[in-house]
Amino acid sequence: MSRLYMARNPRVAARSLGGEMMIMSGRDSMLFTLNKTATILWQSADGTTPLDEIVELRIVPGFAVEPAQALQDAETLARELASREILQISEEPILPRNPAAGEVAPGESR
Amino acid sequence: MSVLLQEMSEKALKLNIPLSVQLDLTYRCNERCVHCYLDHDDHGEMTTAEIKHLLDEMADAGVFILTLSGGEIFLRKDFFDLLEHARRLMFCVKLKTNAVLIREREAARLRDLGVESVQISIYSHRPEVHDAITLIPGSLQRSVDAIRFLKSQGLKVIIANVLMTQNRQDYPGVRALAAELGVECTLDPTVTPMMDGNRGVLDLGVDQDTLRQVFRDAALVGDVDEFCAIPAKPGESELESVPCSAGHTACYVSPYGDVFPCVQFPLPTGNVRQQRFVDIWRHSDQMNDVRSIRVKDLTTCTSCTHVSTCTRCPGLAFMEGNMRGPSTQDCEKSFARTGVPSANMLARKNAAANLGLTSLGTMNLGHTSLGQTSLGNANLVQIRALPNLAGASA
Repeated sequence: MSRLYMARNPRVAARSLGGEMMIMSGRDSMLFTLNKTATILWQSADGTTPLDEIVELRIVPGFAVEPAQALQDAETLARELASREILQISEEPILPRNPAAGEVAPGESR
Repeated sequence: MSVLLQEMSEKALKLNIPLSVQLDLTYRCNERCVHCYLDHDDHGEMTTAEIKHLLDEMADAGVFILTLSGGEIFLRKDFFDLLEHARRLMFCVKLKTNAVLIREREAARLRDLGVESVQISIYSHRPEVHDAITLIPGSLQRSVDAIRFLKSQGLKVIIANVLMTQNRQDYPGVRALAAELGVECTLDPTVTPMMDGNRGVLDLGVDQDTLRQVFRDAALVGDVDEFCAIPAKPGESELESVPCSAGHTACYVSPYGDVFPCVQFPLPTGNVRQQRFVDIWRHSDQMNDVRSIRVKDLTTCTSCTHVSTCTRCPGLAFMEGNMRGPSTQDCEKSFARTGVPSANMLARKNAAANLGLTSLGTMNLGHTSLGQTSLGNANLVQIRALPNLAGASA
């Protein structure tokens, strides 16, 4: 089975407010708030840690949920966040980009 | 304001978090607008390192919306370095600029750095009027060219039009220009006193006839009858509410590191060169004084007909001498809107009559400005609410 990697989209704005993550889409200025599990995914999305490892280490212990179900739900959520351009997802590790140099991250269009 | 942003603001208010900060990077400017309240000389701006450190502190304090303004922000040679740092910290960055220095390259870089919006001052669609206000020939053309560059990069642009005597007939033309360019447009009839307290600049504000005309322009205000209606008596919750976000969820930092409740509220509360930003925010006596004020505490205004709908600016009131007092400029707006004099206007009329001096007509109606009216400002926040994204079932 292939592994899924996630990275925070550098074009969004984000801040934690009282433990709740506020995210503003860079595409259309839509504002989102993430619940606890989505916030864990967001915070763990470093581009190099695979999703299954994040689920195993950071979600399953805290939420008393079946690992397989948790991974399935997390993958669904990751794909939804990616569809909203909040996260980038890939089957390969995602290297950080340098926005100042005008590099375009995977999945972004100019 | 979207429902979700409203919720976030209420949460920030409860948690005492400065959700939104305006940071002026410089007071230097390449225009010389006749109504500008700033001293454009550099009296010791923060260095690049100081501003980056401040941005780090702001991010730690929970600031989400960061408005970079001036002066003209593009006069800072380190502007893009600072912007890059701000975006690395994931602020929602809004820019205020005259855009004269924005060409294709700058527009592309702003896009790459994920700026949320760029607000550009346009005073008229006619060069002879706009350029006579900025005192820079060719400035309208430069700014409009910049808007096209920014739009071509897909950036959100907002034209900010300040209404004054010189351009009072031109706001429909500016709105038409905005429509042609495909950008938003706001109209702000506020002329702010100079930073040194000089109020002579208020003479540039529009008169009551113009205010009445503007407030009855359905293209601007929507339902004129509703907008101009005499407000209902305020309820208990309205009297317990805070007058505005200044010092509650928002503040302002000058290029010299001075922290104020708002850009239009020049009450010094501390300096980030001497204290941590969050300590000023949380512990400054002045900030806490501002924060303690509720609508029910306002002198004069509490008993005013307009208290529930007035756009009273506590900063303008402060500049008049009492941050708990009325802001005459906003009284004049309420009067122009409804035809009903404010409690402040009536009190001043009575005081003048007792002195045998004057009548209502000689009050400040001749050199009014409107304050931070909601007119058009509804467009300033275009953040739409979405339901919270659901997480993994747990």
